[in-house]
Amino acid sequence: MRNPFFTSLSDFAKGRDDKRFSIEEVTRYFLSRTESLNASLNVCLSTNPNAINRARQLDARLARNGAKSPFTGYPVMVKDNFEMEGFPTTCASKILSGYVSRRTATSVARLLSLGAIVLGKTNLDEFAMGSSTENSAFGPTKNPWNPARVPGGSSGGSAAAVAAGLAPLSLGSDTGGSIRQPAAFCGVLGIKPTYGRISRSGLVAFSSSLDQIGPFAVQASDALEALVAMGGRDPLDMTTVDRDPAEMRRDFEITEIPGLRIGIPAEMFGEGLDSSIRDRLGELRDSLAGSGSREVAVTLPHSRFGINVYYLLATSEASSNLSRFDGVRYGFRVKEPADLRAMYEETRDRGFGDEVKRRILLGTFALSAGYQEAFYRKARKVQALIRGDFLKAFEHCDMILTPTSPSPPFAFGEKTGDPLSMYLSDVYTITANLAGLPALSVPVGLDSQGLPVGAHLIGPPWSEGRLLKVADKISSLYPMPLPEVHAGHPAGFREGGLK
Amino acid sequence: MTESSVSLWGQWEVVVGLEVHTQLLTKSKLFCRCENRFGAPPNTLVCPVCLGHPGTLPVLNGEAVRLGVRAGLAAGCRVSPVSTFERKHYFYPDLPKGYQISQYAQPLLTGGALRIRTEAGERMIRIHRMHLEEDAGKNLHAGIPDRSHVDLNRAGVPLLEIVSEPDIRSPDEAVDYLKRLRQLLRATKVSDGNMEEGSFRCDINLSIRRPGTSVFGTRVEIKNVNSFRFVHKAMVYEIERQIEAVESGEKILQETRLFDPVSGRTKPMRSKEEALDYRYFPEPDLPHLVLSPSLIEEERLSLPELPEQRVERFCAEIGLSRSDAEILVAEESLARYFEEGLERFRSAIADEEGLRKVRERWTSFVLSEVLRELNRRGEEVLSGPTGVTHAVDLLERVLGGSLSFSQAKEVYSRAAEEKKIPVSLVEELGLVQVSGEGELSALVEAVLAENTEEVAAYRGGKDRLFGFFVGAVMKKSRGKANPEKVNEILRNKLKG
Repeated sequence: MRNPFFTSLSDFAKGRDDKRFSIEEVTRYFLSRTESLNASLNVCLSTNPNAINRARQLDARLARNGAKSPFTGYPVMVKDNFEMEGFPTTCASKILSGYVSRRTATSVARLLSLGAIVLGKTNLDEFAMGSSTENSAFGPTKNPWNPARVPGGSSGGSAAAVAAGLAPLSLGSDTGGSIRQPAAFCGVLGIKPTYGRISRSGLVAFSSSLDQIGPFAVQASDALEALVAMGGRDPLDMTTVDRDPAEMRRDFEITEIPGLRIGIPAEMFGEGLDSSIRDRLGELRDSLAGSGSREVAVTLPHSRFGINVYYLLATSEASSNLSRFDGVRYGFRVKEPADLRAMYEETRDRGFGDEVKRRILLGTFALSAGYQEAFYRKARKVQALIRGDFLKAFEHCDMILTPTSPSPPFAFGEKTGDPLSMYLSDVYTITANLAGLPALSVPVGLDSQGLPVGAHLIGPPWSEGRLLKVADKISSLYPMPLPEVHAGHPAGFREGGLK
Repeated sequence: MTESSVSLWGQWEVVVGLEVHTQLLTKSKLFCRCENRFGAPPNTLVCPVCLGHPGTLPVLNGEAVRLGVRAGLAAGCRVSPVSTFERKHYFYPDLPKGYQISQYAQPLLTGGALRIRTEAGERMIRIHRMHLEEDAGKNLHAGIPDRSHVDLNRAGVPLLEIVSEPDIRSPDEAVDYLKRLRQLLRATKVSDGNMEEGSFRCDINLSIRRPGTSVFGTRVEIKNVNSFRFVHKAMVYEIERQIEAVESGEKILQETRLFDPVSGRTKPMRSKEEALDYRYFPEPDLPHLVLSPSLIEEERLSLPELPEQRVERFCAEIGLSRSDAEILVAEESLARYFEEGLERFRSAIADEEGLRKVRERWTSFVLSEVLRELNRRGEEVLSGPTGVTHAVDLLERVLGGSLSFSQAKEVYSRAAEEKKIPVSLVEELGLVQVSGEGELSALVEAVLAENTEEVAAYRGGKDRLFGFFVGAVMKKSRGKANPEKVNEILRNKLKG
């Protein structure tokens, strides 16, 4: 068992209601586990000093009224680009040093209103820009499976938190693969829902038209419940769509594997894919076929432009979104600049890390007069073609299977000197963001080096429930072992919980 | 636009387009719930959204959209069923997000026109487009030396930018266009048009060319000119500067200039080379603005009477001269005062002839006395002791013959000064018009006795002296004599 108390959200709710454990006990367990492992893994940038208090209050309320939701008392970690009122939001950047949020992200607020407890805020690539969590101003997060390897990124902290058992659920944001790639690298489930499913209010924007929020979990049903809890129209985010999030639960229940048509795009199993990943996915395809699903060959001809399009659109929007970090109203500002221009230039030069500056420069260029037509606008046109490819493919299949990442978790420093090769680690995930589609990564065991491998499922708009049902099936076919960090629980805790 | 009315500046034709930014009369800001109000202490009407905090998103204010649509319909614009928002980027401390959300690719409104009327005649000035955007805050440089302060109360206040076609040909036309536009916005309650508070601001695009040519000269933009007088001054200066430059063989530079009200000159602000690259691109946080036909129809039906229609009605129904009607309509509150007063008389007086007389008196009273006091003391004159009911009571004394018109005028002005009800003031001062035959006859006789030479001259044929006698009688009565009666008695006595 990953923790001494429960195996899933519903198991937690049952144990809690049966008084097998108290919320305080559970909260203390995860906090002390975090305390003991954070020094080596660097998962959390800050922990919640009120967590124990909140747990006690919930226990008291529970004793009086019982619980309204399975989430009552459930521990969660949140990527540090989500806002929580009264808490620092760093985005792993120096430029937000000293900044304390005045509001809570809608996604987090919805979980809190059901009684969830936020334990802490997790590490990330600065402003969610990166694929390894190496771009954090607070140092990289280690992969719980092998501390010499990256956890993926940008939501590396949140993925590692669930993998290392510091929390049973965490939240990340995904702009080009930032949930799914670290989920694959850390051997957990991560899902990015359809664009518009979950409010972005309170998520610090990287690329507004591509960013989506999603959960990391071990069980597909836990991720499903988190999506249902967070989803739906939000008056604070005009890009949210008015759909009942409970439709995902319904789809999860009615989806059956026999007869399911799985699209296989040949483009995404070809050159550049690590052979041991290809092997694992080959096995998966066989076992899915064995479960009664059917493979359909599909083609996504414009996907090969995905990286190019993404790095024009995402950087364009990022250059705009990050304009507000100017030293005028909050966060870092250089002391006694010579004049206004110097204040802007020096504040931003010293406040932002290299990767962020690189992307601001790229985006500013792509939007410049004289270049916008060739870059930003052309990218928008190709984006429409990429989306069209998917919609056409979904006329013939129910979902598309690809690898999540072309390579297993790489070593620290391996790609930092070569941004292009780093960018390529998102080659399979990026198109789902460009097309606004839901997609997830689910573990399919370990490769020859003992590192996790992820399978990537992309579905038509609003098909999260269906994707998660297939992920649930895959999880049952490939039960993941626990990484070594799980050996032993903190002192005072033992398997089965405290009696 | 009719070519015949093109006015020339020497041998040059002036070509002007105006961009007006007007703040909308919404309760809250364009993208957050903060109050939209002028004059609050700095940085008290702000929230994380309009402060540009991380994680915040814009939520479009539907009221601003309605007001925009209403303004557009009033000016005959086409309402775009789908319009878009874009981001316009530049760094400045009063711009919290580092970009302004504006409408660029597809504005809310296109086309339309305003009819203007100057000494050069009547012309239509076409409107190119109107679009929604957010205002910036204000940098404050007063106070601590070497430090600037930023007040963000205004950041995010909804603006409607109204861009004319380059149809304007003179400073007079520009000012008339602006006055009529402001009138239209006030009449439709889209904006208060308050220029001192910055809710109606103007940028001028100006070039000159030889008449008859179809290409435009090099355009110069003069930014943020904030009164009608300054618009006129800035244009006159700029026209003369450009003509002088071109005639002495210089080239006009495409640039942005600032008007300095102290020197009355325009000064270069930035050249074309220094022009900012705003890097417009679609605002990803706001979906396309899609308007239902029913919303547009609702706004169309709820449009009030527009200034131009009101002028027509005042001329046709009330028989005002066009110039009187224009003056009244130019001040929405005065026009309302005028109409309310008229309505009260109308219910009291039945015969046509009587009504015509009353109308003349009332029009003259409102256009002279009330307008003067309004200009002197502001809107408060139009309510309270000098409000319309009390003004009507006063005029009724004149019609009843117990007070002279000149007395009434004097009383009104004093009532405004002392904030008293005019008829009470009449009592207080013991003002009564002398209409009694006996009393007036005695006055007239006294005057004739004192001016025997003039009487002889009059009887000898010097008719023009009649006015002199009237004046002398009025003076003797200290303005209390009923002038009509005095005329009558004088005429009789002088015959004899």
